[in-house]
Amino acid sequence: MKIAVLIKQVPDTEEGRHLTSDGRADRDASDRVIDEITERALEAALKQKDADKSVEITVVTMGPAAANEALRKALSMGADKAVHVQDDALAGSDALATARALAQALSGLQADLIVAGNESTDGRGGVVPAMIAELLNLPFLGPLGTLEVSGGIVRGSRADASGTTALRASTPAVISVAEAMGEARFPKFKGILAAKRKPVAVQGAAELGLGAADHAAGNLVLASAARPARTAGVKIIDEGQAAQELAAYLAAEKLI
Amino acid sequence: MLDLELDEQYQDLVNLVRDFAQQVVAPQSAANDANKSFPYDIVKQMGELGLFGLPISEEYGGSGGDYFHLALALEELGKVDQSVAITLEAGVSLGAMPLYRFGSQEQKLTWLPELAAGEKLAGFGLTEPGAGSDASAALTRARLDAGEWVIDGGKEFITNSGTDITSLVTVTAVTGLDEATGGKQISAIILPSGTPGFTVAPAYDKVGWRASDTHALHFDGARVPQENLLGEQGRGYSYFLEILDEGRIAIAALATGAAQGCLDEAVAYAKTRTTFGTPIGKNQGISFMLARMATRVHLARLAYYAAAAKMLAGKDFKVEAAHAKLVGSEAAMDNARDATQIFGGYGFMNETLVARHYRDSKILEIGEGTTQVQQLLIARSLGL
Ligand SMILES: Cc1cc2nc3c(=O)[nH]c(=O)nc-3n(C[C@H](O)[C@H](O)[C@H](O)COP(=O)(O)OP(=O)(O)OC[C@H]3O[C@@H](n4cnc5c(N)ncnc54)[C@H](O)[C@@H]3O)c2cc1C
Repeated sequence: MKIAVLIKQVPDTEEGRHLTSDGRADRDASDRVIDEITERALEAALKQKDADKSVEITVVTMGPAAANEALRKALSMGADKAVHVQDDALAGSDALATARALAQALSGLQADLIVAGNESTDGRGGVVPAMIAELLNLPFLGPLGTLEVSGGIVRGSRADASGTTALRASTPAVISVAEAMGEARFPKFKGILAAKRKPVAVQGAAELGLGAADHAAGNLVLASAARPARTAGVKIIDEGQAAQELAAYLAAEKLI
Repeated sequence: MLDLELDEQYQDLVNLVRDFAQQVVAPQSAANDANKSFPYDIVKQMGELGLFGLPISEEYGGSGGDYFHLALALEELGKVDQSVAITLEAGVSLGAMPLYRFGSQEQKLTWLPELAAGEKLAGFGLTEPGAGSDASAALTRARLDAGEWVIDGGKEFITNSGTDITSLVTVTAVTGLDEATGGKQISAIILPSGTPGFTVAPAYDKVGWRASDTHALHFDGARVPQENLLGEQGRGYSYFLEILDEGRIAIAALATGAAQGCLDEAVAYAKTRTTFGTPIGKNQGISFMLARMATRVHLARLAYYAAAAKMLAGKDFKVEAAHAKLVGSEAAMDNARDATQIFGGYGFMNETLVARHYRDSKILEIGEGTTQVQQLLIARSLGL
């Protein structure tokens, strides 16, 4: 089985988020890290490989040159090879242009399963995996908290406010994973050494057959603003009625 | 020629150990310290990551890195938990390295794979009740009898010597008189745990490094096969000094981490703790203290990088290692004191990391050659 995992490098949100003057995520203001949800996507694929050594995992990312750090980490965790879609013409791509470029890179891989995180911690659009499925004309399942692949069928469960839904599709398919998929493993030191010898293919827009129309933005950002400072929360002082007030508040916020 | 940037492979290891230290080690540290509980699960995981085998070749089950990899890992662990860091440091640089450097092929194949995997630990038994800085004053004796070494005597303060997974302690013992000098002939002998006549005293009640394992050892006619001699008879003392020379780079790295850990904690605290309406870090009395702390960390790191660079280049690094141990341990102790001061009363509470560093850092100026012993070595290099 061949699995392709989509990896994204994002600014480290532990240090807070920063915007550039034109309203984009400021990638130089924070350390770069591999997006944790895509690490979990890789972990889901690595579990398949743990069970069946013949599974071959290719990690795919689109991003600037520095994104190869994220690929290197993925390779040190156990992926077999990497594809880096890198082209200045693709900088600033919106979700659709990103999906087009990634779909193009993925179409050459003949993967039985394409695994992505459900939404990135920087963009938070949560639409790219489904767009890729649509562009490749493949079934899409997600966001999944569990994953099982056997006999050409991929199965998983999706939890939401109303319950848990069991989903399945025949492969090839695209899935996205939720936080519940479980924490990613640490790379081993030998994995770090081995990563240096694993192949990383760098592909530009032209090599992928992408024209200007493909990476033209499909949407237009009119304005963006930094998140307003946090305001004080609700304070309930217990004079015998706190439980009711708390319950009423949680219900009003649709938390219970 | 001068390039202090870490290359990818070193940087990737730093990232790995940093994540591991923060996500796995740090959450347990305060409890392990309070309960004096040895972190078996952390040791196991460090073994799986390959940290116990960093400077050991793959032939003996190691990870195939080098000594600088080990030092970098120790710096990262030293930031958050010195007990864990010293367990790795003593496990590798004092426990496994004597076998790796001086053992026969058979000894290496017998003992190293489990040590390099972190499944077992080895101790380094040099210090005795009457022989610390002057380790040549050792009284422990070993004599040959019917093809076996019979060992009598005892050791003091031996790290990793009494855990459930300790497989051996390499001990120095007087094996006769040196023919050339007429002085003591000291040899190193591999003493497996559980050998009859080898008893491990109960753990000490230590001021710091409380989750690490330290014991006095007693030898009462403990017998091991003659083949357990490490290297050549009579070379044990010089082997151990060589091991301590490289160990100083490892300890210096650990100390650099401790100093950095104190700085990180104190900077974060100084930005958020307010008195008289402003963060305390806005006072020069505090910010200059932090600046000085940052300088100490910087110098400590440069010193151990420089010593490691000489070592990896195959040059004599003894004096550089002594410089690194000296400034590193002082940076840790000084930064621990300043960080505690910046934390005020909270810095005196055992649950804070800076309080733990305050208790843990003192031993850095004592173990593996005291500050005075480093000065002795440096003074000697000046022809004094
Ligand atoms: C937690 C812990 C773990 C340890 N782990 C190990 C281990 O795994 N293996 C091992 O073999 N040992 C170990 N040790 C022992 C450690 O290395 C010794 O304690 C250290 O070398 C100092 O020896 P000492 O305690 O006998 O002090 P002493 O040598 O008695 O020194 C006492 C004081 O006199 C000073 N001094 C001594 N000689 C001179 C001189 N010529 N000039 C000026 N000042 C001098 C010293 O610097 C010190 O301040 C450990 C100790 C501790 C506390």
